[in-house]
Amino acid sequence: MRLATLFLLCLILALPARAEQVVAGLSQTRVAITTNFAGSEILIFGAVKREAPLPDGALHVVVTVAGPSMPVTVRRKERRLGIWVNTEAVGIGAAPSFYAVAATAPLSEALTEDQDTLHKVSIPRAIRAVGPAGAADEASEVDSFVEALIRIRSRKGLYQDLPGAVALSEDTLFSTSIALPANLTEGDYRTRIFLTREGEVIDAFETAIGVRKVGLERWVFLLAHDQPLIYGILSLAVAIAAGWGASAVFRLVRG
Amino acid sequence: MQIYLPIAEVSVNAFLLLGIGGIVGILSGMFGVGGGFLITPLLFFVGIPPAVAVATSANQTVASSFSGVLAHLRRKTVDFRMGTVLLIGGLIGAAAGIAIFNLLRAQGQVDLLVKLCYVVFLGVIGALMLVESLRAIRRSRRGKPATKRRQRGWIHALPFKMRFRTSGLYISVIPPLLVGAAVGILAAIMGVGGGFIMVPAMIYLLGMPTKVVVGTSLFQIIFVTGFTTLLHAVTNYSVDLGLALVLLIGGVVGAQIGTQIGLRLKAEQVRILLALLVLAVCGKIALDLLLEPAELYSIAEAQ
Repeated sequence: MRLATLFLLCLILALPARAEQVVAGLSQTRVAITTNFAGSEILIFGAVKREAPLPDGALHVVVTVAGPSMPVTVRRKERRLGIWVNTEAVGIGAAPSFYAVAATAPLSEALTEDQDTLHKVSIPRAIRAVGPAGAADEASEVDSFVEALIRIRSRKGLYQDLPGAVALSEDTLFSTSIALPANLTEGDYRTRIFLTREGEVIDAFETAIGVRKVGLERWVFLLAHDQPLIYGILSLAVAIAAGWGASAVFRLVRG
Repeated sequence: MQIYLPIAEVSVNAFLLLGIGGIVGILSGMFGVGGGFLITPLLFFVGIPPAVAVATSANQTVASSFSGVLAHLRRKTVDFRMGTVLLIGGLIGAAAGIAIFNLLRAQGQVDLLVKLCYVVFLGVIGALMLVESLRAIRRSRRGKPATKRRQRGWIHALPFKMRFRTSGLYISVIPPLLVGAAVGILAAIMGVGGGFIMVPAMIYLLGMPTKVVVGTSLFQIIFVTGFTTLLHAVTNYSVDLGLALVLLIGGVVGAQIGTQIGLRLKAEQVRILLALLVLAVCGKIALDLLLEPAELYSIAEAQ
């Protein structure tokens, strides 16, 4: 009982120390992948809550959205016997399938290197969160594979580095929008908002956007993975029916 | 209009897919081929993952061959006995092909294997067809009728002979089994029916009469590609029903238009066009292998 009182007291004393807090909201917390899904735009907005007068130092807001992390293999082609063949491969422990980082300024200004490492905010840090499996001694070699991963996924709009994309007005209200491309994978998209002053994180807010296939898409996907045999037979049935249908219809037309 | 494909997990323009299905349908109607050899590379070009492209093409081929075999059944030009023997070989080949496919997929070489298969087979078949049809045109100019020849030799010396009534043959079951197996392997790796290999093999190697060749080939292709589709669905989860449906709709309509166009062209012209088309696809894939790619790296998600 005494311990609990002490703890409560500490908590009450601690609260004013966090002079600035993030209060945030999302335009949507669910994204439904339907048959005509062509990407989606998510608006992330909020305010900085203060109980003390405005402190000194530059205030920045950093917003990250990360898709589910999965191990990937990056392969490099080399010319062998005149043709280009996959030769070397590097397995990367975990890379987010989607990653966007938006900030009020370039990341190097908004966040110190240490804080970036700690919170894994920038794209290379987010990928290396788990670290490439094996080949640790050939660090520079692995680097080029990680760079390639970032380059390829950036080109597909899956990795987005958006310095200056967060609008901050009156050091209080902020907003940004993140474009989710059409080729999304399912999962919980972890959304983090960091409030930084002088490059140090002073408060963070975290929530998740649920990206789910719905309706027919979901049904087909689940069937293909849970009941592959039935799904295969269904595919064949559809094909046979289409073949028979085509033959019958055109016999009628020509008949 | 974009549609999101549930298995491929990419969003593709539906009209583009309808167009691909339609063009391939027109060509298959014109030339009497399944069109699988065109669909798979075209799907690569629009960004469908190779594994999904191969598996879905196999499913698509089931539909077009079924439609074709119905027409041949009405004309009674299907040799069921020969078809069954080819089929037994084909199923064994398909199982082996899937095993090879999965082994190389694990090593990251499946793209290379599929592309090499395409270059080799399309190159050889295209060149043979071109030479043959040019010769036929020259012959018809000179006014001589095309001569038919029946091969008699080592194939007739093999054991396990069997009578095939519809084809009017009495030959060993070994060559049809081998032909079937070879086509089965190709079906699994390339996602094609293999008619373009099967038809010449039946005419020149087995000596079957031309009128039963196409129907019999289609009959066994249905089962081999059907089996391949099932195996891909069960082992790789890579058959995309959405993709197959859109391609089917385009293909069915295209095939009928193609048949009408084909009726207005001369047989030699049709074959030269097909040969050039096959060689063009072959050339495009070969260039991909020979030229330095713009991006040397590629990403494979773990299953």
